[in-house]
Amino acid sequence: MSLSAEELSIVWLSLKVALVATFASAIPAIAVAWLLARGRFWGRTALNVLVHIPLVVPPVVTGYVLLRVFGRRGTIGAWLEQYLGFQFSFRWTGAALAAAVMAFPLVVRAIRLGIEQVDRKVEESAATLGASPWWVFLTITLPLALPGLLAGLLIGFAKALGEFGATITFVSNIPGETQTLALAIYTQIERPGGEAAATRLIWLSVALSVLALVASELMIRSRQRSDA
Amino acid sequence: MSVTIDVTHRAGAFQLELVETIPAGFTAVVGPSGSGKTTTLNILAGLTRPARAVVRMGEEVWVDTGRGTWVPPHRRRIGYVFQEPRLFPHFTVRQNLLYGRGRQHERANTIATDEVIHLLNLASLLQRRPARLSGGEQQRVALGRALLANPQLLLLDEPLASVDQAHRLEILPYLDRFRATHRIPTVYVTHTWAEVSSRADHVIELAAGRVEFSGPAGTR
Repeated sequence: MSLSAEELSIVWLSLKVALVATFASAIPAIAVAWLLARGRFWGRTALNVLVHIPLVVPPVVTGYVLLRVFGRRGTIGAWLEQYLGFQFSFRWTGAALAAAVMAFPLVVRAIRLGIEQVDRKVEESAATLGASPWWVFLTITLPLALPGLLAGLLIGFAKALGEFGATITFVSNIPGETQTLALAIYTQIERPGGEAAATRLIWLSVALSVLALVASELMIRSRQRSDA
Repeated sequence: MSVTIDVTHRAGAFQLELVETIPAGFTAVVGPSGSGKTTTLNILAGLTRPARAVVRMGEEVWVDTGRGTWVPPHRRRIGYVFQEPRLFPHFTVRQNLLYGRGRQHERANTIATDEVIHLLNLASLLQRRPARLSGGEQQRVALGRALLANPQLLLLDEPLASVDQAHRLEILPYLDRFRATHRIPTVYVTHTWAEVSSRADHVIELAAGRVEFSGPAGTR
């Protein structure tokens, strides 16, 4: 099947939103995962709960909170627009923000598991060899947690690609700007006579997901080979 | 250069109380399991933070809980060989050996890489990953890695515990050869006195967190 220009632009927008969401949340997710895995500080439980909120509240709630905080009249949104001329609401950047927030708990979880698997005794031995905590993290913890890190980024990408509720609440469903695959499928399903178009988009989204899975499988295998 | 340690430390039901001066040379710390040998090493290394302690290395104060002085492990310039090799699994043997060297000034490297590789007979292993070494080989790499960090104090915690009987006898001669040219104060923890009886200058015997005996090796 050949894709129409409109379908191509939907796919492109979805990939852009999901990729930006994944990579923009990578470093904060690593930092939070490390704090939860290794940190001993007051408020660790509170941080853990906060991170997991998007996973447990209805997505429409997350979307609404984003609207209130990052919308044009939101506390942070108004500031961003006034001083940096930057806008989240009704833009693809807002779709990426919503996707990132929704994927964040899953990403943090996977990376945290990866970090917890790293033997603290090995980290200690690095410290006795003169490595500062930061250097230990960069040269020992992070490389040894790489499988968890890759798994986290993949699941984050998959979640971001399929995000619906928070996105439509926060940035609405604007063709060419915020209408990702999931939102486009919804539009076609709601439209009388849209079944054929919906089916094509559904197949597209299945194909994209399978491609992402195969890519990650290849990535993991090539890593295992380099370890042997 | 001698190490002085004055510590009170509690972990659960276990309490360690120790006031000792560890002279330069080879000090053996002996005693049964649970007597506080490893805890003592970890306090010297900075891996355990004691409730109350003063620890000095020569003129340097490493710990003084009364004044809030705390030098973290990575600033103490120690070499620590643990019971298990604790090698970095994602690095080759060569990368493991050189890990402690990168961040130092080159003039501080008084111990030559080639010398250690030669003394510990590691030349043929350099490109391998730790997973492909025997227990004895791994522990030789761990010893070499600690030595190449140019330690001012060498801590060894039952370094032969993870080595099979056949290879035990080959490791200590490597350490002896090294110590013949580099006089680094060494603290060697073991519960097998025979392992160190011919090497020790000084002996500290621990039991249940207290010193039973401390003195020159010949007087025990």
